[in-house]
Amino acid sequence: MSITAQQAATPPVSVTPVLEGRGLTKYFSVKHGRGLFAGTARLFAVDDVTIALAAGTVTALVGESGSGKTTVARMLAKIINPDGGEVRLDGKPVPHGRPRSYARQVQMVFQDPFASLNPIHRISYNLVRPLTIHHLGGDDVNEAVEELLRRVALEPPQQFTRKFPHELSGGQRQRVAIARALSVRPRVLLADEPVSMLDVSIRLGILNLLADLRDRDRLAILYVTHDIASARYLADTIVVMYAGQVVETAPSTRLTDYPAHPYTQLLLSAAPDPDRAEPPSLAGSGAPPSLITPPSGCRFHPRCPHAMAICSTTAPPSVTVGPGHASNCWLHVDSSRRVPDNPEVVAAKASSTSMRPSAAPPK
Amino acid sequence: MSEMSPSAPAPSTPSHSFTRQAEPVLEIRGLNVDYGFGTEAVHAVVDCDLVLRRGQVLGLAGESGSGKSTLSMAAIRLLRSPGVITGGEVLFHPRPVEGESSGATIDLLRADEAALRRVRWSEISVVFQSALNALNPVITIGAQFDDLLKVHRPHLSSAQRWDRGVELLEMVGMTGDRLRSYSHELSGGMRQRAMIAMALALEPQVMILDEPTTALDVVTQREILEELMGLRDRLGFAALFITHDLSLLVELADEIVVMYAGRLMERAPAASLFRAPRVPYTYGLLHCFPPMHGERKPMEGIPGSPPDLRALPSGCSFHPRCPWAMERCRKETPVLTRIDASGREAACWLHSDGATVPTELAVADPGDRGLSAATRRVAR
Repeated sequence: MSITAQQAATPPVSVTPVLEGRGLTKYFSVKHGRGLFAGTARLFAVDDVTIALAAGTVTALVGESGSGKTTVARMLAKIINPDGGEVRLDGKPVPHGRPRSYARQVQMVFQDPFASLNPIHRISYNLVRPLTIHHLGGDDVNEAVEELLRRVALEPPQQFTRKFPHELSGGQRQRVAIARALSVRPRVLLADEPVSMLDVSIRLGILNLLADLRDRDRLAILYVTHDIASARYLADTIVVMYAGQVVETAPSTRLTDYPAHPYTQLLLSAAPDPDRAEPPSLAGSGAPPSLITPPSGCRFHPRCPHAMAICSTTAPPSVTVGPGHASNCWLHVDSSRRVPDNPEVVAAKASSTSMRPSAAPPK
Repeated sequence: MSEMSPSAPAPSTPSHSFTRQAEPVLEIRGLNVDYGFGTEAVHAVVDCDLVLRRGQVLGLAGESGSGKSTLSMAAIRLLRSPGVITGGEVLFHPRPVEGESSGATIDLLRADEAALRRVRWSEISVVFQSALNALNPVITIGAQFDDLLKVHRPHLSSAQRWDRGVELLEMVGMTGDRLRSYSHELSGGMRQRAMIAMALALEPQVMILDEPTTALDVVTQREILEELMGLRDRLGFAALFITHDLSLLVELADEIVVMYAGRLMERAPAASLFRAPRVPYTYGLLHCFPPMHGERKPMEGIPGSPPDLRALPSGCSFHPRCPWAMERCRKETPVLTRIDASGREAACWLHSDGATVPTELAVADPGDRGLSAATRRVAR
């Protein structure tokens, strides 16, 4: 099986990204210790993550719970402010706070459609509100609402406008939530686990809707998920996060067919796959580390079957291993250059934007 | 007598030679469960027959609201009001014990509280999805083991009970010092492991696993399932594994039963069900999981959404979503019946006389060539 020419020819960040997060860092203060020794500690939920979303593509952010993927999405939506790094829209830094003009361009779809729609108002109210707030209603608000419902395949729309959220099924509710996000005609859609609360038989419908929005409306979509198979199905690029950091980025089929980072390999070996001829042998074990006192060096090294001495001391650089494919792992650094204070490697690490295939080629 | 203590050698009949020949340990016959009374009643489980054989892993797959949890909770009489069991029987066949009146079959639906108390946990134990809710948050894991063993194993001394707790935790891959932990001090995976250890504490013959790993990450899920299957091979208990994740079940179970809207739609060995589904719903469900290999192709899933049990479609409740629905499907409800000589069972009119079976549903059954998950596992 080879990578098709088309995939190889379109590295993920070949065009100017619509929305970009650079060096995003977020920590939360948590209580630590007991009694006299109690204090607050910093939990680094996200540590130096760079991610770019281009128009007309779906970027999947994959990771286990606690890996920081939702926090990245929330920082990109400016629901929470990063403690380090910046969010750029069309290459320009976004002012502090969450200006209305920003919300108009970047919209978020949340995981739980049972909680994200106002239960005491009808569907039409839920959809009219963003139109009113952003002065987008135009002459006929009702017509605009019906058009939105048609776009998310809730037909005939008249059947839905007068209903309350509790009268709809989970899949229909998630479609309404997507319609609400689309109402302000955004350019970026941040979808945080949009299908994980839904029944398996209707998940594909929502994923196909997102693919359709990408292809027809050229939306830049971030698809946050823990399900690597659905990421492979929907996304153009997959970004794998582990313990608050990006470990691997690649075009989606390339990532699942030729995973370059041991953590990605572990994730793939654990994912259910009925086509597998042999029972899987897990490539590693253990659980994700504490983010208050993360392991030194590479955060995956305590679980990594290939860990070397350098992995426990120095964080690996981002290494390009193929077209659009970058992996943060010492295994891909030539053995003679695996020196902690090698100026070349350190420089490459410093300038690496981890998401960019052009960054830090190993040769 | 305890022929199943963890240190004992594997049972004389290796568990992988189970399949259809092994004797049944739990038989559910014609089970009906309603929520509510009279005209308001919602039929959550209708005429369900299940046979769980010794050492077998039986997978029960279905979407939310299909009645899979209701079925299992009713079977051991843990169903809460307003759930009402309106019919059927659940026969438990205890292991024949030497020197005692050998294996008197018990109908759990007619058993009194005392009889149920002897069966629950000791013979049939349950692992629930949310271990955080299932464990007592205000006492340590060790105290919970202690409680359990004090009641069910009164001859053990306090020190022996502690040792048994350590032994059980080590069996599921935890360290014995975790007995001193409270449940909130454990990670999700460890809580679920502690739950499994607790379920195994009295060496049950049947374990009901109700979405035991749904809330966990894939890596933890895989580790726990491997652990669990290893224990199954060693201790020889039978497992009823309930989940919505059919792709996981195909790898794990020996036999799979698919449920939809309270009825059983199809029953088949795991490999046969995966390679050659016979019912449109199973076919659709299998095409809801994007593959991990090969070319990416657009997939459709199943149109529409699962029905509301309060307003079920007439006839076969899947017909509004079925691409092959016929006139008959709108009027008459199919029941699970044998459709061919190999013993495949399906509830679908497409397999009745006079109907043409679509090619998608007539793929040759791999039979023994598609070795079951358990056989593969043991062969390794």
